[in-house]
Amino acid sequence: MYAFDIAKPATLAEAVQAMKTGEAQALSGGQTLIPTLKQRLAAPSVLVSLAGVGEMKGVSAKDGVLEIGGAATHREVAGQRHYPGLAELAGRIGDPAVRNRGTIGGSLANNDPSACYPAALLASGGSVKTDRREIAADDFFQGMFATALEADEIITAVRLRVPEASNYQKFLQPASRFALVGVFVARHADGVRVAVTGASEGGVFRWTEAERALSADFSAGAVSGLKHPADGMISDIHGTPEYRAHLIGVMTHRAVAAAS
Amino acid sequence: MPKDFGIGASTKRREDVRFLTGKGRYTDDINLPNQLHVAFLRSDKAHGLLKGVDTAEASRMPGVVRVFTGADFEGVGGLPCGWQVTDREGNPMQEPGHPVLARGKVRHVGDPIAAVVADTQERARDAVEKISADIEELPAVVDMRKAVVAGSPKVHDELTSNLCYDWGFVEENREKVDQAFAGAHHVTTLELVNNRLVANPMEPRVAVGDYTAHNGESTLYTTSQNPHVIRLLMGAFVLSIPEHKLRVVAPDVGGGFGTKIFHYAEEAFCTFAAREIGRPVKWTSSRSEAFVSDAHGRDHVTRIELALDADGVFQAIRTETFANMGAYLSTFAPSVPTWLHGTLMAGNYGTPLIYVNVKAVFTNTVPVDAYRGAGRPEATFQLERVIDKAAIEMGMDPAEIRRKNFITKFPYATPVAVEYDTGDYNATLEKLLSISDRDGFEGRLAASKAKGRLRGFGLNCYIEACGIAPSQLVGQLGARAGLYESATVRVNATGGVVVMTGSHSHGQGHETTFPQVIADMIGIDPGMIEIEHGDTANTPMGMGTYGSRSIAVGGSAMVRAAEKVIKKAKKIAAHLMEASEGDIELADGKFTVAGTDKELAWGDVTLAAYVPHNYPLEDIEPGLEETAFYDPANFTFPAGAYCCEVEVDPDTGAVTVERFSAADDFGNIINPMIVSGQVHGGLAQGIGQALLESCLYDVNGQLVSGSWMDYAMPRADDVPSFSVDHSCRTPCTHNPLGVKGCGEAGAIGSPPAVVNAVVDALRRAGHTHVTHIDMPLSPSRVWAAMNANG
Repeated sequence: MYAFDIAKPATLAEAVQAMKTGEAQALSGGQTLIPTLKQRLAAPSVLVSLAGVGEMKGVSAKDGVLEIGGAATHREVAGQRHYPGLAELAGRIGDPAVRNRGTIGGSLANNDPSACYPAALLASGGSVKTDRREIAADDFFQGMFATALEADEIITAVRLRVPEASNYQKFLQPASRFALVGVFVARHADGVRVAVTGASEGGVFRWTEAERALSADFSAGAVSGLKHPADGMISDIHGTPEYRAHLIGVMTHRAVAAAS
Repeated sequence: MPKDFGIGASTKRREDVRFLTGKGRYTDDINLPNQLHVAFLRSDKAHGLLKGVDTAEASRMPGVVRVFTGADFEGVGGLPCGWQVTDREGNPMQEPGHPVLARGKVRHVGDPIAAVVADTQERARDAVEKISADIEELPAVVDMRKAVVAGSPKVHDELTSNLCYDWGFVEENREKVDQAFAGAHHVTTLELVNNRLVANPMEPRVAVGDYTAHNGESTLYTTSQNPHVIRLLMGAFVLSIPEHKLRVVAPDVGGGFGTKIFHYAEEAFCTFAAREIGRPVKWTSSRSEAFVSDAHGRDHVTRIELALDADGVFQAIRTETFANMGAYLSTFAPSVPTWLHGTLMAGNYGTPLIYVNVKAVFTNTVPVDAYRGAGRPEATFQLERVIDKAAIEMGMDPAEIRRKNFITKFPYATPVAVEYDTGDYNATLEKLLSISDRDGFEGRLAASKAKGRLRGFGLNCYIEACGIAPSQLVGQLGARAGLYESATVRVNATGGVVVMTGSHSHGQGHETTFPQVIADMIGIDPGMIEIEHGDTANTPMGMGTYGSRSIAVGGSAMVRAAEKVIKKAKKIAAHLMEASEGDIELADGKFTVAGTDKELAWGDVTLAAYVPHNYPLEDIEPGLEETAFYDPANFTFPAGAYCCEVEVDPDTGAVTVERFSAADDFGNIINPMIVSGQVHGGLAQGIGQALLESCLYDVNGQLVSGSWMDYAMPRADDVPSFSVDHSCRTPCTHNPLGVKGCGEAGAIGSPPAVVNAVVDALRRAGHTHVTHIDMPLSPSRVWAAMNANG
């Protein structure tokens, strides 16, 4: 890796200030960033570690909304009891070493098209709180590795609406064990949301056809006949667009069955 | 009953104490005073004209001591190939040069172009980024079949084509084989791919070169399975250093699997650069670098035909294989698809006529060479797959069709030039059917169905040839090396023993098993015995470890040397006890005189050898140290039968291995626990090949599975708890221990069982159009197979 300085702010204000220096890059767990640096694919001048920022820690629930600090690790999210579907998802990200380091804020900011959290946030609904504003979940994701965040913007917390029932089904890519296709189904009082990760060239997305069918009838049978089109699905050595499109149907069916 | 430490005891591995507590001493742990580091500029193009390399800016970077390019290797030899194959017309293979650093052309992604030697690894890498290589990209040669068509771009302009050789075996039988097919009752044909693999040992390769000017000696510390072979190849063919001025040390090595047999450019570079600069030079491969510089394995495309009579008796086998050599000939690459593959095409069966054709092809990919099993997995896979397909076509039970064709009389001379000394294939098959509980399959099938899963049962047999030998024969077959092994047994004055062996241990457990043999022969505690290996300065010239040869060849050399030691010790004992040499017996660490109550402890005699106050100096020399070189009379032929049970998720195509059973005949066994461990590891690699691993290039010669994010390694939860049995034993008839070798069996025997099981599962579920799926049987491939024309 290239040489860089490291800043270790203790408060959000210090972190915001640090992000204004040179080619600053936020470090929040580093489970993607550190391997990227080691491969010399990025050359930030300053890494701003968010691990010590007091305002970005902790998990709390109020009025049906779960608020998770941006620096909360996957392990912490897996350990909370307010939102079981999310806890289960977090407990199956990577391996224990990844879960002890990786954070929800870091994952969402990176928006890997095969990551798990984006599906959870999009299906839950809610928002991303940053150092300067609050971004609705539906506006946050803008394609593979692209989000509404500005370059120096920091995710301070994630607010998720806790659904009445939910389940996440992840079909593993055999090598990386990221999601080849992952589907998060959330039944809210005002309707069902279905978010799909891993499958699309456009990154995480909502499968509105399935949402309509499930909002009318929340049962596995309601999605049995649905087929997601293969257009725009990812093609790589692990699966064709047709295979991924097929898996969206299978994983949605299984998520509904598990949640109902 | 085996004692708790001798032959047959499951003694715990003594080397594991240091491996598991972080006390191993690997090549990367070696840091010499004044050491420099090297980083290589590697080609990012698969094929191109190298028109110039500008190193001026790199040379001025901080910490840089020197930048090397191909021009610096003027007068230095290229990397040699250790095996020459002769083609169907009796001509030698096409053998291109293999420069240490590329000259004129780059021929694969990863081909080293230049090297920066600097005071730290990071600074060397910084400077590499400042080198500018002017490469005019050429069309890449990737597909083997297209590569041999007239008009294809050539990997090596000086050769007539991309065909390394076109090998026929046995060429004289070709017409007879064709006639047998013409008159056959039934012919089963199968086209298949043996997928390209990356060995991925846990420890990446490392090399440290050192040079002492005052005596002109070079030392290379390297991650090698065979330090003497590296010394010979690099010293004699590349750098012109005689053996007495070149020491090669391979300390603890973290897995080899074949890919650390070969002599690599980085080893020659570090040795050369250390001499040029006068300071130690170290290279440590990154995992990414390993993917584009370690020799790959397998990569065959085969069409096999099996001719049968109406009863399912095999009449003839005919194969055509394209074997990928990659861009250059790695050390033993030409032997793998030929002598390690064609000679195994009889398998466990009495097929009277066999013809094997192999076309070895150069492509713009990383060189391909031996990987755990080396040729024998490729032979086993195609044979055991075509037999299963034939059984389907003829409506026969897969066990029955095999049983019907087994070789039952030994020794047996195959039509592919080898003689099996011993075996009992019915015994291993029956053992397999018992331990796998084949009779209970229907019940397990019903349970799988009840939870919405398909289930299949696949079995196969295998034979392998280990301890490739004898030297005289392999020399006739094109080997440019002998294939003996060596050992020195040094007994110290107070009775302790040091064995210096040419076999190298990189996970096999020699430090435990070799002492078990000596302990058994003398009757002393194995704690009195140490094993030294891996350093050319203190071990006799040996050929190293590969091809499951250590105990069969290296162990035999050790036994021969120990026999000499014991013979001499008995002479000394006879003198001390004033008895006839013929009456001296050695057991439980004591010399006794038959028919008397006289006895002497082992240590009394060894002390006399070094303190020869009362000693037959007129007959024998003092000291107790003997060396033996053992050149076997034949290969050994381990064999067995394997069985796999899978579940398939019909919605996703995902395959899970539910049960795996292995019944092996390894002849006599020194340490059953270590043998089981070897089989477990081999099975994991074989299941990895069958279900997960795939090294893929795109049409431009770019490696698309170049990291563990895309190259799927088997993990612990990808394999079940194995049921392994090695109680069927037909001892090898021609080595002193009656041992056969077990290192590769698991990787050789398991892939066909997995594929047979998946095909069986799909066919039982009504997908009767499925007769084959190419490895790896990834979920997407299995799903596609289920849904193709189904």
